[in-house]
Amino acid sequence: MLTLKLAFKNVTKAGLRTWLNVLILSFAYVLIIWTDGLYDGMSKQVVGDMIDMEIGGGQFWERNYDKFDPFTIDDAYAPIPENLEELVKNNEATPVLFRASVIFPQGRVQSAILKGIDPNQKVLKFPSEYLNTGESDYIPGLIGSRMAKNSGLKNGDIVTVRWQDVNGTFDATDIEIVNVISSYVQTIDNGQIWIPLKSLQEMIGATNVATVIVLHKDIETIPSGSPLWEFKDHNFLLADFYNYLDRKGMGSAIMYGLLMAMALLAIFDTQVLAIFRRRKEMGTMMALGMTRGGVIRLFTLEGTMHGILAIIIGTIYGLPILYFSAVNGIAMPEAVEQVGLSLNSTLYPVYGIGLFLSTSLIMFISVIVVSFLPTRKIARLNPTDALRGKIA
Amino acid sequence: MMNISKYLLVTIILSLSLRAQTITAEIILDKIDANLVIDEAISSATMIIHARTGTRTIESKSWIKGKNKAFVEYLNPVRERGKKMLRLDDKIWNYIPEPTDRIITISGHLLKQSVMGSDLSYEDMTENDKMSEMYDAVISGEEVYNENECYVLELTAKTEDVTYYSRKVWVEKSTFLPRKEERFAKSGKLLKRTEIQEIFKIDNRWYPKRMTFKDVLSNGKGTEYIIDEIEFGVDIPDYMFTKAALRK
Repeated sequence: MLTLKLAFKNVTKAGLRTWLNVLILSFAYVLIIWTDGLYDGMSKQVVGDMIDMEIGGGQFWERNYDKFDPFTIDDAYAPIPENLEELVKNNEATPVLFRASVIFPQGRVQSAILKGIDPNQKVLKFPSEYLNTGESDYIPGLIGSRMAKNSGLKNGDIVTVRWQDVNGTFDATDIEIVNVISSYVQTIDNGQIWIPLKSLQEMIGATNVATVIVLHKDIETIPSGSPLWEFKDHNFLLADFYNYLDRKGMGSAIMYGLLMAMALLAIFDTQVLAIFRRRKEMGTMMALGMTRGGVIRLFTLEGTMHGILAIIIGTIYGLPILYFSAVNGIAMPEAVEQVGLSLNSTLYPVYGIGLFLSTSLIMFISVIVVSFLPTRKIARLNPTDALRGKIA
Repeated sequence: MMNISKYLLVTIILSLSLRAQTITAEIILDKIDANLVIDEAISSATMIIHARTGTRTIESKSWIKGKNKAFVEYLNPVRERGKKMLRLDDKIWNYIPEPTDRIITISGHLLKQSVMGSDLSYEDMTENDKMSEMYDAVISGEEVYNENECYVLELTAKTEDVTYYSRKVWVEKSTFLPRKEERFAKSGKLLKRTEIQEIFKIDNRWYPKRMTFKDVLSNGKGTEYIIDEIEFGVDIPDYMFTKAALRK
């Protein structure tokens, strides 16, 4: 207890030097929690949006379909199997049909994937109801805002689309853009035109076929697949995103590793300086009966005190900042879209108690280590030399 | 004697007019096939692509054997030089020498994709099928096109696996070459227009010298295809139509 009191007294007595170290360390502490919370929030939001809008509770893929190989699209269709047909009727699954096509917006040639979806489906939160346009001379088409930007298409535009039917014969028709949806999920937007499933099936000359069958996110039992249909779970469907997060996580780990290193270096520096400047004091303490271990403990505790103070100070000013950003969110710059992330314009960080505890623990241990390292010199200290101001 | 001469003259005129009247769409298609379908040939051609962004000229040499074998080597410009394409049935292999030295396989619907941004698809470029086997035809009329007397034929696909469901063809009466052609989608939408501007006679057949392909849905100004040289009836060794030949 005496050591603790002494350590606290010594640290507070050091004045500005202590508070500068504490401030830098607390800044690193808050920033690490803020960044981690941001990634957690981003992960939760993107995964939630993708499940709601695109992947549901998992998907059955026609065996020829390979999302990494656009050349497979036109061969990837098969009749909906009976067990899944039942789920489709009960609004527990919805079929989606893909077809490669070429569109000619303002006479330009542009590739696009036609995606057929039931306008009345209740499985995804995808706004397919816009495709219920009633009688019209044109097939209704729905595009995302990114597709609208890339193609120059807007609501009410008529665009010619050319595709090949199941026999490879060219066909072409005009599609009317009935709505431009603003979606955070890029994978339902970029280079795609959504049209009614029945229309696309008629266009390619195959009835009751699909490329993927999306299950409802709340489905309890995953039905069995078949040689033609393979089930893809969330781990598979979200693998790209998780890989992206891992890559970003590595990047941020380096960033806040550097930040921590700077703060810890300041503590290390302070410790080295303290041991050099206070050698007479150490000699006196040892002459008065304090063991070498006791002196080491005192100096280590003094260094560690910086960490404890940093956690306290960081919590005092960081908590309101973190709370504010968690409640009001953080506006995302447009540049984030360009790197391929499907994000809401406002991102809400998520801070859990685990995040606070783990960050505090990591910082605490790191501070103990850097505080202890310079004190090893004390172990070789001769009290008489120390009293004379000498150090080994 | 006078009566016999009259009789002969009338018979000749009648038989000639009857012959003219009995020409059918099928006969016209057979004659087109006789002109255009190649057993074996080596040709050099220049393709001038008039795209929205500018004009590009690509020179190539082709080896064709029957309707399912074709080998094309690009000669110019420098950027395309050394690239090769092999077609065997419904598969195409593209060889790109630099920087990757790799072969890309193209099959199925991709045969209908544009070649190097031109108005020609891989299939257009290597097409050597008999029209008479692919289409049912009717003569819908006769017209003068570019000062050439033409039969106007309307073709409808016989089978389901043809690229263009229907075509309208202006066939020159004197040469039986399709001077103008419009190719339609299943829905009836016009997709492509071809025109033959210059022709030449070789080995007793008429063949296009200069033709234009235009994808009518796009804003481009079309692609010119000029046959610089062609040699029919040559014996092309089989190794020419192997993947190994791509890297030679």
